[in-house]
Amino acid sequence: MNAPLIGARVARKEDYRFLTGAGQYTDDVTLPNQAYAAFVRSPHAHAKIRKISLEKAQQASGVLGIFTGEDFAAAKVGGLPCGWLITDVDGQPMKEPPHPCLAQGKVRHVGDQVAVVVAETLAQAKDAAELVEVDYEVLQAVVDVASARRGPAIHEGVADNTCYVWAIGDKGACDAAFAKAAHVTKLEFVNNRLIPNAIEPRAAIGAYSRADDAYTLYVSSQNPHVERLLMTAFVLGLPEHKVRVIAPDVGGGFGSKIYLYAEDVVVTWAAKRLNRSVKWTAERSESFVSDAHGRDHVTVAELAMDKDGKFLGMRVKTTANMGAYLSTFASCIPTILYATLLAGQYTTPVIYCEVTAVFTNTVPVDAYRGAGRPEATYVVERLVETAAREMKLDPAEIRRRNFIRSFPYQTPVALQYDTGDYDATLDAAVKMADVAGFAKRKEESIKKGKLRGLGYCAYIEACGIAPSAVAGSLGARAGLFEAGEVRVHPTGSVTVFTGSHSHGQGHETTFAQVVADRLGLAIENVDIVHGDTSKVLFGMGTYGSRSLAVGGTAIVKALDKIVAKGKKIAAHLMEAAESDIEYDRGTFKVAGTDKTKTFGEVAFAAYVPHNYPHDKLEPGLNENAFYDPANFTFPAGTYVCEVEVDRDTGVVRIERFTAVDDFGKIVNPMIVEGQVHGGLAQGIGQALTESSIYDATGQLITGSFMDYCIPRATDVPMFKVDTRETPCTHNPLGVKGCGEAGAIGSPAALMNAITDALGVKDLAMPATAQTVWRSMQKAA
Amino acid sequence: MAIKVSLKVNGKAVSAEVEERTLLVSLIRESLRLTGTHVGCDTAQCGACTVHMNGKAIKSCSIVAMQAEGAEVLTIEGVAKADGTLHPMQQAFKDNHGLQCGFCTPGMVMNALDFARNNPSPTEQEVRESLEGNLCRCTGYHNIVKSIVAGAKAMGGKI
Repeated sequence: MNAPLIGARVARKEDYRFLTGAGQYTDDVTLPNQAYAAFVRSPHAHAKIRKISLEKAQQASGVLGIFTGEDFAAAKVGGLPCGWLITDVDGQPMKEPPHPCLAQGKVRHVGDQVAVVVAETLAQAKDAAELVEVDYEVLQAVVDVASARRGPAIHEGVADNTCYVWAIGDKGACDAAFAKAAHVTKLEFVNNRLIPNAIEPRAAIGAYSRADDAYTLYVSSQNPHVERLLMTAFVLGLPEHKVRVIAPDVGGGFGSKIYLYAEDVVVTWAAKRLNRSVKWTAERSESFVSDAHGRDHVTVAELAMDKDGKFLGMRVKTTANMGAYLSTFASCIPTILYATLLAGQYTTPVIYCEVTAVFTNTVPVDAYRGAGRPEATYVVERLVETAAREMKLDPAEIRRRNFIRSFPYQTPVALQYDTGDYDATLDAAVKMADVAGFAKRKEESIKKGKLRGLGYCAYIEACGIAPSAVAGSLGARAGLFEAGEVRVHPTGSVTVFTGSHSHGQGHETTFAQVVADRLGLAIENVDIVHGDTSKVLFGMGTYGSRSLAVGGTAIVKALDKIVAKGKKIAAHLMEAAESDIEYDRGTFKVAGTDKTKTFGEVAFAAYVPHNYPHDKLEPGLNENAFYDPANFTFPAGTYVCEVEVDRDTGVVRIERFTAVDDFGKIVNPMIVEGQVHGGLAQGIGQALTESSIYDATGQLITGSFMDYCIPRATDVPMFKVDTRETPCTHNPLGVKGCGEAGAIGSPAALMNAITDALGVKDLAMPATAQTVWRSMQKAA
Repeated sequence: MAIKVSLKVNGKAVSAEVEERTLLVSLIRESLRLTGTHVGCDTAQCGACTVHMNGKAIKSCSIVAMQAEGAEVLTIEGVAKADGTLHPMQQAFKDNHGLQCGFCTPGMVMNALDFARNNPSPTEQEVRESLEGNLCRCTGYHNIVKSIVAGAKAMGGKI
């Protein structure tokens, strides 16, 4: 019981239910009186709706109701809001065109919601949806990002399809740095559009009780309180206390389940209208055209150096695709979470970045695992590796010449890094990857008639986005704190309520480790509750690798209050001064004596307060805390990837993948390694297999798992992972966050390795066998 | 038109009224309320719906319920011992952190059971190839592969 739990490889509390089929995902929930919804979606990327004919569908068996945008307009249901206001370079607010829950006269991407059919059974709902006749006037679609500003207007009042033009940094100083450079490396990139594809499709069940005039929404969400806030305050105009949002077990999110989606609103609204519970579960083909996508940047980037490879300046121009509408946090991804990371791990003194965000007739784009930081890392680390090659410097050496070594470090792009040791992670990665033996392995590959390459990526990310006041000044329309509650039961066991949400991260275990360790209790005596607005006091949810750093800290602050109150109770029970009470792993002691009270005894006294300091203290042992961080956390690390390329087929095989990360203090190394493995696979997916293709009319060609290739087991290797540790300086756990690193650092490492093998300057992601083969033919 | 299908699920005789087009996975999830078997795609790619039918792993989204008439079906709910003790393959997934969000896990375990029965000491590469029909977005497969290698060893060729 007294072995430290922080740092231990504790097996997960949640595993038993998932391994025995006892998990409860949204689609596993069946409510009394449940009906089913099917959406009629646009088959066109851009079209006017001339007429919707519902007669045939209304006569179909089992149909309870069919609703269109007209019903929503008549009911004064609002559009879906965007949570971050970006201000244009000319001081104007970004363009925020309406994002209706059901189309109002026009559709703007394939998959846009046109109508919803609710019926007694799912089959009846789908059958009737097929009978809804929509007469479209098809318009020219805007698909290409680079030419979007010249396309026909997608939204009224946004003539050039431009949401904003935004910039950061000192352009004049940057241009001056380039003017005196000994060498400039320039690259043009496409950061390919990705489709998140959590294996659990999104689902939502709306329920309404006439007796209480109250709603319940079960939804596959990463942040139920945010979902409730946005839906009640901005869309349905309901008081929050009348809406309960439950995000039960959630089968992966990766960002795609942060947002308030139209379907969530529609089933909630329809539940009251029909006085029935209404369930909707996405088919995978619907997920492809309705879940927010990720990335999708077109960038030109330049790095200026002196003759020794010391970085003098970086200049970046990016066009970011917002898709057809602004999703919940879309606007801050290619700005606040992207351009601010362009310093990377380096002392580059001046950086200028300009971002143009455009609307196109494609699915909305928002945060996907890493959210802006993978795009920034790709720019920086492809530039740095290419610069090393052009300057004939070792890629590790050019990084060492430019590493930040003094902290805190103020970058030229707003962030201030609190701590880090980039040499430590680079040196460890070089050793673990056996870079020294690469030349020999390359010779062996050449003997077999194959190519071999090695690539680095030394990434940094900013996690636990904060503080609220700073975020607010940058345009955030929400706070970025977290809430927690520690409820001690009369016999000394503990239930902890957290505003963070677990959808694979294992919070029920990690957070219980923190609580049990700090209170000195057995982990079996601690349970973590999350995902229900009626149980958890408040929450901002889980994204941006923030759960432990922000949510965990809120819990720690509540624990501190519990111990402080416990000391007062113990002092009374042992007739000692409060200042003489010490708490040590489950026991309150009077310093210098053998007098003790256990945690359980103190808890019992709080709830059966016969002998209790009623004049000074309330009974009970239950504390809340809200925590608003002082800064971001800055996880960083170095990844080394080694590939072999088949000259005949272009097939890339990852021979070695080494990842050394600095996540600060680690609570459960087993879970952290799992997070890294998963992130690496998603980044490898971006670099090797995942291609989102729209044709010229805006049809998503890669709209199923038959066409869109998320990595399979044979596409990825066994990973070599390790960590180094510089504790975060501004949270009590010293933690930084580990959820996104793998996806942030791996694409550049992999593409650096492939371009090294092929001896080419650049190659488009994903480096499929065909892309690689074509590149080899061109070079030959 | 409603059709009655009778089969044995997890050792228990059951029957349900279904339509001709009802998929086996719908019968399992909706009629029998065994929600451990999941649906992750429309195209028989993800394997989250994998169950055993007459001793073989199949994708229950790819056959209609009527085809299971008279069959013996094993779902994830029937894998652990009656007293709740995890099956060695389930235990191996737990010990090796072979699951994160848990959504693909039942399909992974059901596929692994069938594979391991015929491959008591598989190599890493053989395990990867056996996962051709199962997608996971969380784990990067690293710990799933380790789990199946360990689980297969613990099973010794027997379910």
